[in-house]
Amino acid sequence: MQKNEVISIRSSSDVVLVRQAVRQLAVELGFSLINQTKIVTGASELARNTLEHGGGGTVNIEALDEGTRRGLRLIFEDSGPGIPDLELALKDGFTTGGGLGMGLSGTKRLVNEFDIVSRVGEGTRITITKWK
Amino acid sequence: MERIAILQIGHFLLVTIQVDMHDRLAMTLQDDLTNRISQTSARGVLIDISALEIVDSFIGRILGNIAKMSRILDAETVVVGMQPAVAITLVELGLSLKGIRTSLNVEKGMALLRSSLGDSEGGSMDGDAEK
Repeated sequence: MQKNEVISIRSSSDVVLVRQAVRQLAVELGFSLINQTKIVTGASELARNTLEHGGGGTVNIEALDEGTRRGLRLIFEDSGPGIPDLELALKDGFTTGGGLGMGLSGTKRLVNEFDIVSRVGEGTRITITKWK
Repeated sequence: MERIAILQIGHFLLVTIQVDMHDRLAMTLQDDLTNRISQTSARGVLIDISALEIVDSFIGRILGNIAKMSRILDAETVVVGMQPAVAITLVELGLSLKGIRTSLNVEKGMALLRSSLGDSEGGSMDGDAEK
């Protein structure tokens, strides 16, 4: 299965669209209910970050099929202000907004692979992968 | 504008969330509920999330806010019906929903509210079912 979808994230209803698209693909890939819930929750956190901290952006949703294993890879990109201190941003409870500060650190625990690249003044790219 | 219905049953308010809420809708629910508690002098709020497929940190924060605000307005909040996969994900995400009372279903939530309010008041629509 080779699938790739790009969704732009400009409003809080786009965050819902991202959740639904990720859910649908996770179901098609045969993810268990718990893994569906984890990847959809992680997608929701990162989509909201893209919207609120990145000033909007995109997510690229990709189905991975490496023969023996299948998974989902999501790449969130924005051209926002970037994150000055990544180590701090990944700490539980760290927040600049009105949230609980669990978005980044919590999402990292929900997925198998987590990668973040951020440059101040240029933007942020976060890639997460969940294997079936 | 899109809204989530709030039903009144005796001294309780019942909210059943059946849609995938976007953030603004969740904020509206928080505002509507606090207003309704004050208008109706409700003593308890039941929020049924059995149809919710995920609870992320934003929804978690809204549920926590509702619980805190209702307590200040002299009402107890019970969140009922969380799906097991949602509970597992919440814990791994790092949210424990501190300060929020939960029950497995609406019936148990209602019983919890009644007992915490000393039973005499509360929604007595099924009076013959109680002893």
